[in-house]
Amino acid sequence: MSIDIQGVRKQYGTFVALDDIDVTIRTGQLTALLGPSGGGKSTLLRIIAGLEEADAGRVVIDGVDATALPPQKRNVGFVFQHYAAFKHMTVAKNVAFGLEIRHRPKEEIRDRVKELLSLVHLEQFGHRLPSQLSGGQRQRMALARALAVEPRVLLLDEPFGALDSNVRKELRTWLRRLHDEVHVTTVLVTHDQEEALEVADEIVVINDGRIEQIGGPDELYDAPANPFVMEFLGPVTQFRGEFVRPHDIDMFASRASEAFAGRVVATQRVGFEVRVRVVLPSSDAPTVTTTNTSVSVTRAHFEDLGVGVGDEVWLRVARGAARVQSEAVAVGS
Amino acid sequence: MTVAQLRNARRFLGGRRALPRTTLRRGSGISLGVAVLWLSLLVLIPLAAVVATAANGGWAGVVTTLSNPQTLAAIRLTLAQAAGVTVVNVVMGTLIAWVLVRDEFPGKRVVEIVIDVPFALPTIVAGLVLLGLYGPRSPLGFDVSNTRSAVFLAFAFVTLPFVVRAVQPVLEELDPEIEQAARSLGASEAQNLVRVVLPSLVPAIAAGAALSFARAVSEYGSLVLISGNLALRTEVTSVRILTYIENGQVAQASVVATVLLLVAFVVIGTLDFLQRKVTRRG
Amino acid sequence: MRHLARWIAIVYLALLVVWPVSLVFWHTFGDGLAPVFATFADPLVLHAFRLTAVATAWSVVLNVLFGVTISILLVRHEFPGKRILNVLVDIPLSVSPVVVGLALVLVYSQDTGIFGKPLAALGVHVLFATPAIVLATTFVALPLVIREIVPVLHEVGTDQEQAARSLGASGPQTFWRITIPAIRWGLLYGVVLSLARSIGEFGAVKVVSGNVIGRTQTATLVVEQFYYEFDKERAFAIASALALVAIAAIVAVGVLRSRAAIKEANS
Repeated sequence: MSIDIQGVRKQYGTFVALDDIDVTIRTGQLTALLGPSGGGKSTLLRIIAGLEEADAGRVVIDGVDATALPPQKRNVGFVFQHYAAFKHMTVAKNVAFGLEIRHRPKEEIRDRVKELLSLVHLEQFGHRLPSQLSGGQRQRMALARALAVEPRVLLLDEPFGALDSNVRKELRTWLRRLHDEVHVTTVLVTHDQEEALEVADEIVVINDGRIEQIGGPDELYDAPANPFVMEFLGPVTQFRGEFVRPHDIDMFASRASEAFAGRVVATQRVGFEVRVRVVLPSSDAPTVTTTNTSVSVTRAHFEDLGVGVGDEVWLRVARGAARVQSEAVAVGS
Repeated sequence: MTVAQLRNARRFLGGRRALPRTTLRRGSGISLGVAVLWLSLLVLIPLAAVVATAANGGWAGVVTTLSNPQTLAAIRLTLAQAAGVTVVNVVMGTLIAWVLVRDEFPGKRVVEIVIDVPFALPTIVAGLVLLGLYGPRSPLGFDVSNTRSAVFLAFAFVTLPFVVRAVQPVLEELDPEIEQAARSLGASEAQNLVRVVLPSLVPAIAAGAALSFARAVSEYGSLVLISGNLALRTEVTSVRILTYIENGQVAQASVVATVLLLVAFVVIGTLDFLQRKVTRRG
Repeated sequence: MRHLARWIAIVYLALLVVWPVSLVFWHTFGDGLAPVFATFADPLVLHAFRLTAVATAWSVVLNVLFGVTISILLVRHEFPGKRILNVLVDIPLSVSPVVVGLALVLVYSQDTGIFGKPLAALGVHVLFATPAIVLATTFVALPLVIREIVPVLHEVGTDQEQAARSLGASGPQTFWRITIPAIRWGLLYGVVLSLARSIGEFGAVKVVSGNVIGRTQTATLVVEQFYYEFDKERAFAIASALALVAIAAIVAVGVLRSRAAIKEANS
């Protein structure tokens, strides 16, 4: 079930949360809305769900204009960051809620709840209260609850944000596998780029109420449209007026073709890699500005090079590496 | 919006998104209409009638009523005693709240119950209660019946919970790290108390004091038996109003009642102002 | 210093509250239980208790119905005039009971009241009868349910309600299945407190009821009546009963609250 967002705009007083958003979310896909906190992605998700109203624009769900529809008529499943568990109901009752208010026969409800609880591996916890579950379990319950009414779209608002990092990683993988099994169109809001890269089929990068780029994880990582996207999705360093990934810079101990000379000012060993800070004279005015370039090499390679602080090295951007013009240079030259 | 909300005002500062100017749909719109109608019928219109009746006599009527020596004496007595009791409550109330929050001893839960008794007890029963210990057959030999002290005593009794319950939650939620920082910088217990703790309690104390004052000024039931209601000496404003009513002098009663309503509005305005100040301060 | 503060507090409370209250019970049961039972068998007293019970029941029901509605409006909605509504709700706490009585008399008087006159034409008599007593007791207890529910509504937040709506629940379904259970403890405390307050109302009821012996006297008015007739025994008996109800209410709320707090801490 595709979702078409057309010209959506949302403002809180003078603060513009979403500025003329156009995006299509494809059927059956797991799409991530990725961006920094306060960038507007949660707002967009809630507008899709009908939990908030856009000031302008349309939300078309599967060809039907849903802009004016209240949430209960949109058939979307929503999972909240802090679970929104019905505290006074058992896990089973929570999951059954959507079916009970639709007045389904008791047997049908019982079977469906059982099915869902085993899908999310909470079979043994049906009679417990949410307060007796861990955070990760509560979120799985919330997912089962949302899936119970067979929504056309599943919307997840930073679902793992409130969990410990190892639980987060576990659930991330589990969510992807669940999606592969169930194939519901899913939209996931997250500020964690690793999560988006790992889990999503397509990523929509949103910052300051605007879409920066839309594309698959590889596309966004290898061919970022602007410095923001590049910086958000991975480590970035400046090299001769461009943004480049630190591990995409080849470093040589002696002169090499198309390589530029610089001096090592610092080295830092972090785990399996060594980060080398190199100072290069600016291309135009050798005496004025110098750029600090951080090069990331494996420990083995670094030892092979045999260089240290104060030594001269030659740097070159690797073939096929992602490169984005630095705005300052683009403006100046 | 009262003590409870003052306490909660801090919590809800920046958390939620700002709501739009109106979120009423048909259902909630009707509810609002019904609620407003209900409050108008029960509260707004009757109280407005009091003010209207008072205004009916014009300024001349107001002046005549208020310059009646008995009435004037009653108002003066009420305001003075209420102010005095409020001062006592500020001190004792803060102290009691402190003991409840920072001290541990067996029977502390009994103290919690005792503090709420004056709030829940019918005022006429409060009168009997005070008569027992402070009336003619006092086992302490301490008889204040028919004196001004009886008024003070009755006021002190019924207003006991207000400052305590206003200060207590604020004290409970005080960040212990702030006081730890003060101590690590060398502050003594007394300095810590005066310079760090008390200042942050001031809005709560003020709120409790406002409620206490308003309650004292309004008090009626606990006084009827113990104060003797002696004109010009121990008669409070509410008793004076009742006398006017019983004599069919509704206009005069309304004038004096309006004075009390004015006091109530000043108190409510103060509380509203304090709540917004707390919200802003965070 | 800690000990000094503790003892000052204890002595103050003992002299102001504990000793005087226990004296009332002591006076009541000083001559044994028989006179106490005799008092409660007196038809006059029984009538007064019945009247108190009826007025209190109405007052609690009305204040719960309107209290829940108003609380939700205040917490979950925005609308022009919201602050005025907030203020209106708190007024009954700061108004003298005698003024409340006066206000109701002015409005419901048969001859001149803007409601009283038309109602009298329809044959409905409010003042000096049960309806006026109901109005007076409802007025004074009005804020109590709201003050208890509003913080709970704030605390619970809208997440659960939004989740319910996203699952397809309609407004009423969300209200009954999610909102009410979420606030049930606050509601209970509010009910108990307004119960105690309504039972104990004196000044306002005295004015609007006419204080007619045997007809429009509530339990509190009867206490005063007996005292003025030098029937201290019976006055104290009823006073003790009322005091017991008040203390039971406080204890009940206190116990429930601490149990709820323990449950919260453990979850």
